[in-house]
Amino acid sequence: MEHKNWSGFKAGEWQNEINVRNFIQLNYKEYNGDADFLAEATPRTKELMKKLEALFFIERQYGGVLDIDTATVSSLTSYSPGYLDEKNELIVGLQTNRPLKRGVNPFGGMRMVRQACEAYGYKLSRKVEEEFRFRTTHNDGVFRAYTDEMRQARKCHVITGLPDAYGRGRIIGDYRRVALYGVDKLIAEKKKDKADLANYAFNTERTRLNEELFQQINFLGKLKEMALMYGYDISEPASNAREAIQWTYFAYLGAIKEQNGAAMSLGRVSTFFDIYFERDFANGTLTESEAQELMDDFVMKLRMARHLRTPEYNELFGGDPMWITEAVGGMGEDGRTLVTKSSFRVLNTLYTLGSSPEPNLTVLWSNGLPENFKKFCAKVSADTDSIQYENDDVMRPIYGDDYAIACCVSAMKIGKQMQFFGARCNLAKLLLIAINGGYDTTSGIHIGPQMPVMNVEKLDFDEVMERYQIYIEWLSHLYVNTMNIIHYMHDKYAYEKIQMALHDTEVERFMAFGIAGLSVVADSLSAIKYANVRPIKDRNGFITEFETTGDFPKFGNDDDRVDLIAKDMTHRMITELRKNDTYRQAIHTLSVLTITSNVMYGKNTGATPDGRKASAPFAPGANPMHNREENGALASLNSVAKISYDDCRDGISNTFSITPEALGRDEEERVNNLVTILDGYFKKKAHHININVLNRETLKKAYENPEAYPNLTIRVSGYAVNFNKLSREQQREVISRTFHEAI
Amino acid sequence: MSVSGRIHSIQSMGTLDGPGVRFVVFLQGCNLRCGCCHNPDTWEMQGGTECTAEEIVKKAIRFKEYFGSDGGITLSGGEPLLQAEFAREVFFLCHKEGINTCLDTSGSILSDKVKALLEETDRVLLDIKYTDEEKYRKYVGCGMDKPLEFLSYLCEKKIPVTLRQVIIPELNGDEENVRKLREIAEKYGCIDKTELLPFKKICQVKYDKMGIVFPFADYETPDRELMQRLNDLIKD
Repeated sequence: MEHKNWSGFKAGEWQNEINVRNFIQLNYKEYNGDADFLAEATPRTKELMKKLEALFFIERQYGGVLDIDTATVSSLTSYSPGYLDEKNELIVGLQTNRPLKRGVNPFGGMRMVRQACEAYGYKLSRKVEEEFRFRTTHNDGVFRAYTDEMRQARKCHVITGLPDAYGRGRIIGDYRRVALYGVDKLIAEKKKDKADLANYAFNTERTRLNEELFQQINFLGKLKEMALMYGYDISEPASNAREAIQWTYFAYLGAIKEQNGAAMSLGRVSTFFDIYFERDFANGTLTESEAQELMDDFVMKLRMARHLRTPEYNELFGGDPMWITEAVGGMGEDGRTLVTKSSFRVLNTLYTLGSSPEPNLTVLWSNGLPENFKKFCAKVSADTDSIQYENDDVMRPIYGDDYAIACCVSAMKIGKQMQFFGARCNLAKLLLIAINGGYDTTSGIHIGPQMPVMNVEKLDFDEVMERYQIYIEWLSHLYVNTMNIIHYMHDKYAYEKIQMALHDTEVERFMAFGIAGLSVVADSLSAIKYANVRPIKDRNGFITEFETTGDFPKFGNDDDRVDLIAKDMTHRMITELRKNDTYRQAIHTLSVLTITSNVMYGKNTGATPDGRKASAPFAPGANPMHNREENGALASLNSVAKISYDDCRDGISNTFSITPEALGRDEEERVNNLVTILDGYFKKKAHHININVLNRETLKKAYENPEAYPNLTIRVSGYAVNFNKLSREQQREVISRTFHEAI
Repeated sequence: MSVSGRIHSIQSMGTLDGPGVRFVVFLQGCNLRCGCCHNPDTWEMQGGTECTAEEIVKKAIRFKEYFGSDGGITLSGGEPLLQAEFAREVFFLCHKEGINTCLDTSGSILSDKVKALLEETDRVLLDIKYTDEEKYRKYVGCGMDKPLEFLSYLCEKKIPVTLRQVIIPELNGDEENVRKLREIAEKYGCIDKTELLPFKKICQVKYDKMGIVFPFADYETPDRELMQRLNDLIKD
C-alpha cells in the first residue's frame, strides 16, 4: 500500500501491515553526537510556559485541585475543546474544556468519585449520580465477587492498593499508530480481525474478544470525532512532524479522557517523532528551533494531564502522578543505537521548560549507548533530578527493541503486550502474621491458616522459614484469585477501548504482582539467623515486639549472607504465585516497587525483628533500609543488583540519592563518575535506578519553606514528584532516606 | 603465604581520592599526628580489623564494573606506608586483576618495603601539609625533607603524582604558601595535578567520641571565595 503522506519514507513491511517497529527500523537516523545542536526555548514557548506556571501556582493555592467538572462524565467527546492559549499553541487538546480542570470518571467506581469531589469541596452532580444509578461499575462488580477472606486481606492491609475502585492503568496504547496510519486504516484492520473471528468457534474467549473489537472500533470512531472538534481530521496518516505529534497526542488524549488508570504511560515516541522531524528538515520546512518548539508544546500538554483522586489514593501514590512514562534511547537488535536527536530534544524539555516530574522520562541504558548521550543524561540528572534509568541490556533480549515502560518499571512490547496491574502485598506484615499463627496485631484480624503463636524464647531461623512458607503459599493463592476477580470485572465494566484498539487484536497479557517491605524482611530474617531475636508477647499472648541482641548482616552492604535472603524471598514469592491459574492465561510477573506507599505500609505494620519500630516507614521499592548501609554507595547498589530480573519481570526499583560533593569536585567529574556508576550498576544486571543529586539540606529547607521551592523535583520510587505535592509524612520519609555523602 | 594487615574501614564509592570512581580502603595506624586530621580513629596501630590482602582484593573485584577507564582502588588511612608489605600485596593482586592502584600518603617513610610498594603503585596522592619547615615540624611531627625526598623518588620512578594540601586559612591560606606549593609542583615533573582541599570540622564528633581534643577545633574553615582565589592561583 502507498499513501501520499508517506512520501520520503523508506518502503517496507510496515506499509502492508500495522508494524510501527518496522517503520522505525527502516527510517530512523541514529545520532552519536553531543548536545550542542539543541535549541533554547523560543519566546513563544516561554510565554506559554509562564501562563502554565501561573495556573500551576493557582492550582497549588486551591489545595492541589484547580477545578472539577462534576456534571460531565469524562469521555472522548463529552467536553467542548479546551485550550491553554488557542492562538499560540502548536499542539492542541485538553482533557476537559479548561486547563487543569478535572473530569469525573465513575466507570471504575462511584464511591471514589464522590469522595474525591467532597475532599476538594465539591459535590458530584445529581446528573452523574442518576446516570450511574442503574449502571454497574468495575468497583460494584468486584465487590459482588470478593470473598470474605479477600475483604479481610484488604482490610488488614496485607494486600493493598489494588485497582478495585478505579482504573487499573499500566496499559500503553501504541499511540504512534494513529500518526503513521491514520484512524481509518486502523478501523479497517480491526474490522478484518472481527470478521475473521467468525471462522472459529465462539467460545467464551472469542465471544468476549468479538464484543471488545466492537468497542474498539466504536471508540476509534469517537477518537476521530474528538479530533474533529479541534478542527483536525485524523483519518489519514500525518503528513509532517507537527501532525505526527498532534495525531499521537490525540490518541493519548483519547486514552486519558476515557480511562483514569493509576499509570497512563506514553510509550516510546521520541525516536518515532525524529523520523518526521528529519523528513521536514530534508524538505526545508522545519528548523531546529521549530522542532524543539513542537517537542516543548507536546511536553507542556503532558504536564497538564490530571486525574481526580481521593486523599487515600494520594497516600499510596503521592504527588498527583500520571506516570506519563516515555522510554528514551536504548539499542536496536541490530546493534545500532535507537538514540536520535529527538532523544536529546525530549530530555532538553527539562531545560527549556524547567524540571518537572512529568512526563516520567526513563532512559533505557545500555553499555552500548553513545558516550555523548550517556554524558548528557548524567548532566540532566545532576541538574534536574528528573530522570530514571532502566537496563536495556537486560530487557531487550526479552522484549525486543520496541518495548516501553508502563508506570515505573513495567516493561512491555508496545501494542503487543499489556498487563493486569496488581499493586502489592506486604511481606513484612505477612512474616508477623506467620509468627502469630494467623493473627494481624495491628488490625486485630484473624487471617490465613490458624495455628498457635510461636512459643519460643529465641526465634529459630528454620522454624520461622517453615512457617513463613505456609503463609506465602496461602497468600499467593488468595492474591492471584483476588486479581482474577478484579481484572475480569475491569474487562467487563471498564474495558480500555481506545488503548486496546491501539494494540494488536491478539495480545499477550501479564499479571503483575508486587511486594513491599523486602529489605525489612531480609534484615529481619538475617537478625533471626545471625543474632538473637526474643519475641515479646502482649497481654493477649500475641507477639508484638522483639528484643534483638547481637549484630547481624544488613541488606545494602554487599554481604551475601543477607542479600541472598532477599533474592530468595522474591524467588519464593514468584514460584508460589505461578502455581495459581490466572485470568486470560496471563503470565505471572513480580515487582519490587512501592511508589510512596512504603510510608503507609510501614504505618500499618508492627515492630519487626530487624529493630524497625511499629508504624515506622519501610524503605521504598527494593532499597535497603535507610542508613543501614555502612560500606558506601556502591555496596548498596551491589546488594540491590543481586535480586534477579528473572524472578521480578515487573521490575526492581531502586532510588539513589547522592550529594553533588560525593559525586565529584566539578561538573565534568560528576558527569563522568555518574556515567561509570550507571555503567557498572547495569553491568551487574541491575534493573532500575532513580538518581537524585542533591543535599538533604535543600529538602529540609523546602519542607520548612515550600513557597521558595515551587518546582523542586525529586525522584522517589519509579517516578518523580514535585516535592511540595507530597504529604508532610511522605516528605519527612524522603528527607530521612540515605544520602550518600562525601567522607 | 597470605599477607595480612589492619584496616579501619572501607568506602565502596570514593570519587575524591584519586581519578574516577574508586574503592577506598582506609588502613589503620599513623605515624603522624596532624592537627587537621579528620580520621583520628585511624591513628592507633592496634585498632581496626585484621584481614588478608586476598580478602581486600576479593571485595574490590566486586566493584570492578564501576571503575570505568579511570577508577580503581585507593589505599588511604591512616598512613598506608606503615603497612607497606600488606599494601604492596594488595596492589600486586589488584594489578593481576587489571585494577588501577592509587596510594594516598603523607610520604614520610621511604624504606625498601615502601619502594617495593611503589613498584605496584599507579598514582600517588601526596599530602604536602605546609610549605614551611617550621609549621611542618610544629603541626605534623616531621620535617619537610621527608615528603620532598619521597617526591624525588617518585619522579625518579616516573610515578604520576597528585599533590594535595588541606587549606586552613590561618595557617596556609595565604597566597605566599600557594605560590610555594606551585613552585614545588613545577619543580617536580611527576606532579601532574594539584588539589587544594578545604579544611573541614565535621570530624569534631569523632574526637568527642574518642574523648580527645581536636587540636584545630578553633581554626576557621575556608569560605568558597578563598578556595576559588587560591585554586585560580594554582591553575594559571
